Amino acid sequence: MLFNENLPIYIQIMNLIKKQIVKGELRGGDKLPSVRDLSTELKVNPNTIQRSYHELEREGLVYTQRGMGTFVTEDEEIIKDLKQKMASNLVNSFIADMKSLGFSLEDILSIINKKIKEG
Amino acid sequence: MANIIEIKGLTKTYHNKKALNNVTLTIEKGKVVGILGPNGSGKTTLIKILAGILRPTGGEVFIDGNRPGVTTKSIISYLPDRNFLYDWMNIQDAINFFKDFYADFDENRAYELLDFMKLDKNMKVDSLSKGMMEKLNLSLVLSRNAKVYILDEPIAGVDPVARDQILDAIINNYNEESTMIITTHLVRDMENIFDEVIFLKEGEVYLLGNAEALREERNMKIDDLYKEIFGA
Repeated sequence: MLFNENLPIYIQIMNLIKKQIVKGELRGGDKLPSVRDLSTELKVNPNTIQRSYHELEREGLVYTQRGMGTFVTEDEEIIKDLKQKMASNLVNSFIADMKSLGFSLEDILSIINKKIKEG
Repeated sequence: MANIIEIKGLTKTYHNKKALNNVTLTIEKGKVVGILGPNGSGKTTLIKILAGILRPTGGEVFIDGNRPGVTTKSIISYLPDRNFLYDWMNIQDAINFFKDFYADFDENRAYELLDFMKLDKNMKVDSLSKGMMEKLNLSLVLSRNAKVYILDEPIAGVDPVARDQILDAIINNYNEESTMIITTHLVRDMENIFDEVIFLKEGEVYLLGNAEALREERNMKIDDLYKEIFGA
């Protein structure tokens, strides 16, 4: 199934939704599935989904309208920030992995440049 | 939040074999709780005591403030680990049987669940496959408006499609007003639906806690934790 990382499920669900926002599959103002629906779809305890939504709201990525549901923020800045943050997380972990293999920053840059030239 | 179940120093011995030894735990209302352990760890004994089928040898058990008995049986909907219907019945007979037996039985919900499970009410009980039987039993048990649902190994020995249907039925029928207690040794398939987990080892509580907190603290899935605790 979906959940293989050794992370709490609520964080994995948050990451899933963040990716959908960054990729533009979920746009500003779009409604997230109801807790019930997502719970059935992912076969996860509804309390866990609720917690993911709650944490996403605390991070400002979504907002809840009473009786209406949960919606993606319409604040473009927040979405841009999220995109930056996810990119820098990926790059940081890549650099850390490469360094642990003994590559210097120059090595890493030249490898990347070569890759990009190759297409 | 209020505790729906309180167990203190619970012990159960069969002749001189201890099936449960000094089990103490509480379960909050509105939670989905997994009782995890291999065969022979005491899961079914614990559940049968909660369901009022077995008497404790020692210790105390309170369900919604009462000791197991007639009152508690009326608020507990229990799925045993084997079929409890008669062979001569068809599914409609089984529904009538439940309707007669339990004041809190919701017939309409039963038909909805059977529809969801793709079971026809004219099917004979003795013609059902193992997976169909499990789906029928579960549909009946979930059709009661109980405060506590106790499901003993609800997905043991059923095929993956039936297993998914059973998981969906459990998730769809969960509500904050009721509590679900589920035993399983198939942890990987079920761990995502638990709020809390209780590991039973040789009749004792080895570990218990919030499933998400345990994942965070141990940096592993509940399934891996299970393997660590019960592995060779």
